[in-house]
Amino acid sequence: MSVMTLDDLRRILVECAGEDDSTAVAGDIADVPFEDLGYDSLALMETAARIEQRFGVRLPDDEVLELSTPNAVLDAVNKAAAGV
Amino acid sequence: MSEPVYVTGIGVVAPNGLGVKEFWSGTLEGRSGIAPLTRFDSTGYPARLAGQILDFDAAEHLPNRLLPQTDVSTRLALAAADWALRDAAVDQAAMTDYDMGVITSNASGGFQFTHGEFRKLWSQGPQFVSVYESFAWFYAVNTGQISIRHGMRGPGAVLVAEQAGGLDALGHARRTARRGTGLVVTGGVDSSFDPWGWLSHLSSGRVSGAVDPDRAYLPFDTAASGYLPGEGGAILVVERADAVARRRAPQVYGEIAGYAATFDPPEGSDRPPGLRRAVELALDDAGLRPGDVDVVFADAAGLPELDRAEAEAIREVFGPGRVPVTAPKTLTGRLYSGGGPLDVVAALLSIRDGVVPPTWHTTDVPADHGIDLVLGAPRNRPVSVALVLARGRWGFNAAMVLRAVAGDAESVRV
Repeated sequence: MSVMTLDDLRRILVECAGEDDSTAVAGDIADVPFEDLGYDSLALMETAARIEQRFGVRLPDDEVLELSTPNAVLDAVNKAAAGV
Repeated sequence: MSEPVYVTGIGVVAPNGLGVKEFWSGTLEGRSGIAPLTRFDSTGYPARLAGQILDFDAAEHLPNRLLPQTDVSTRLALAAADWALRDAAVDQAAMTDYDMGVITSNASGGFQFTHGEFRKLWSQGPQFVSVYESFAWFYAVNTGQISIRHGMRGPGAVLVAEQAGGLDALGHARRTARRGTGLVVTGGVDSSFDPWGWLSHLSSGRVSGAVDPDRAYLPFDTAASGYLPGEGGAILVVERADAVARRRAPQVYGEIAGYAATFDPPEGSDRPPGLRRAVELALDDAGLRPGDVDVVFADAAGLPELDRAEAEAIREVFGPGRVPVTAPKTLTGRLYSGGGPLDVVAALLSIRDGVVPPTWHTTDVPADHGIDLVLGAPRNRPVSVALVLARGRWGFNAAMVLRAVAGDAESVRV
C-alpha cells in the first residue's frame, strides 16, 4: 500500500528546489537520475525534510544521498511506511 | 607589475533605477527611490523612510531553480552580475574558467531569508528550517552564487567592511587581475528590509527619523539629521588591459587607477580619522596630485559631526572649494556594500558624459565646510579623474580613483 506517489514527490521537488524550464519534471521521471534532473544533494536533503513533515517517514541524510532516482525514494518511503 | 585594470561592464540595481540607463537618467533628473517602507508593516517604527527597489521581479530575471535558495540581496546581485557580463559582452563559454574570478562585498548577509527560517525554527521546529539557510544567510553567498552560475573558478573572495567594503572589493579585484586573473566580476549588493534587519539599521542611532522623503537625508546640510538605509548596489566587470585587448571588449568605462583603505584610530585617541590618509594614499597609488581630480563622490554620512570630518579631509587635501564634491546617494539612501560600487558607476558615467550629478535635496551648506558641493542641478564639465570615498561604521575608510581612458576603447587594444 503506497503512501506517497510520484506526483507527490514531483510536487515536493519543485517546491524545494524549483524546476528548469528545460527539464520536464512533469514527464516520466521515475527512473531518471536526480543528477540528470538537476537536483543536487542539498535539494534531496530538503526534499527528505518535507517528506518527513508530510508523510511522517524519516529518511536519514546518509541514506537519502544513496537514493539516486525518484523510484528509489518512493521505494524507501513506502517500505518505511509499511514497516518493512 | 602595475598593468592597468579597466571597468568593461556595469550592472546596476538601485532604488532609483534598475539597470545603468534608468539609474543614470534618474540620478541626473533627481528621481528619488526614497519612500516609506512597504516591505512589511512599518507603522510604529521610529523611522520609516528607506531606498527600496520596488520594480524588481526576481522570477522575471532568474531561473526558477535559484529562487528557493536565495535571499532578495542575492537575487539582486545575480541579476546585476548578469547585466554586467552582458554589457561587457563576455562569452563565459569561450573563456578559461580559472581565468575568471568573483570578488564581492556584503555587509548584512541574507537577512530576510534568515528571518523567515528563524520564524520556522521557533514556531514549527528545527526540521522545518530550509537546508538552503546553510548558505543563504552568508556574506560570501553572492560571490559563490555568481561564481557557480557563470562557471567562474578563478579566485573568489568576499570583503566585509560595512559601507567601505564595496570599494575594498573593487580594490581587491584590481589586485587579483594584476596577479594573473584576466577578468573579475566584482562589486557589492545588500538588502535587509525585513523587521529584524530594519531594527538592526535603527540600532546604529544614525538613521534619520524625518518623515519628508526629500528632507530626511541631507548630507552636509545645516539640517542634516542622519542617513536613510537603501538596498541594492552595483556589480562590475573589471579586466586587465591585455585581457581587454585580447577579447576585444566592446567598451572601456575607465581605469581603476588608485585605491587605498585605512582604519580610524580607536575612540578617544588624539590621532585624526583615517579618511584623509586614504585619499592621499589612493592618489599616490594612481600617481596623481590633488589638482588632477575633477570631482569627489563623498561618503556623505548625513550626520553633522561625520559630515564635518569628511569636509575637513577634502578641504585639507584639495584646498577650500577647489574641487566639486557631490553625493547622488541622497536619491537611494546608503546601500552599505553597494554604496561604493554604485558611486563608482556614477563616477564612470560622469567621466563618459562630462556631467556631475548634484547632491539632490541638500540645499543649505555651511560656509565653514569649505567644500564646493554640487547642488540643485547637474553640472556640465569635463571629468577625467574622479575620486570616490566611503566610510564604514566602526572605522573603515576607503578611497578609489577612477581615470578616463585616453582616446576611446580602441586605444587600449594596442
